[in-house]
Amino acid sequence: MKIVRIDVGSIDSAAELAPLAALGGGAVASFTGIARDDGDVVAIELEHYPAMTTASLNALADEAVVRWSLLGTVLVHRVGVVKVGEPIVLVGTAASHRAEALEACAFLIDRLKTEAPFWKKEHRADGSSAWVEAKGSDDARADKWRN
Amino acid sequence: MRLVYFALVREAVGLDSEIRELPEALETVGDCLSWLTAQGDNYAAAFADPSRLRFALDQQMARADSLLKGAGELAIFPPVTGG
Repeated sequence: MKIVRIDVGSIDSAAELAPLAALGGGAVASFTGIARDDGDVVAIELEHYPAMTTASLNALADEAVVRWSLLGTVLVHRVGVVKVGEPIVLVGTAASHRAEALEACAFLIDRLKTEAPFWKKEHRADGSSAWVEAKGSDDARADKWRN
Repeated sequence: MRLVYFALVREAVGLDSEIRELPEALETVGDCLSWLTAQGDNYAAAFADPSRLRFALDQQMARADSLLKGAGELAIFPPVTGG
């Protein structure tokens, strides 16, 4: 089972993860990325490259399924304006055992952050806004997964 | 070739996308970038720091030394920040 979706509406984590629990494995792992209140940030706006985004997420999901023998995976990513405190991304993995589910989940979010064509812009309480800078530490985390 | 821009690059260039007839002599993504830089101050500003640029050819991640040949779409954008 594979679900990959770009969504303009809010993410219901419980509803998205329920199908993973029904696959018969012993482990479901998930990561939820939430719009963080860095100082006076009120919302994060997400831009993406529509022609490329879904294919990019599908390729990552397919790689994870093969590498960790997953029973299923869910990747849901918001675009548009996301208020502080709301989920931006949900990664879910189901496997027979916890090690595979947990590792695949970490792989998916680490690689998504450095490869999937999304860009964040922070909107602040005073009306100003600024693009979020990519972090070198994210590249280092993603590189760990290259054999 | 169709050129598409995202995020800070889109704002600096002042366009989402455009169709450009590229000179035959341009072979790589980097060649195209150099040529565009000479097309106006907006391009020069958008591409001033190549270390802050990433590329995709026909929706596949590419590099400055990737060959343009046959590609229909070149995307130019800052390092991604999703997730």
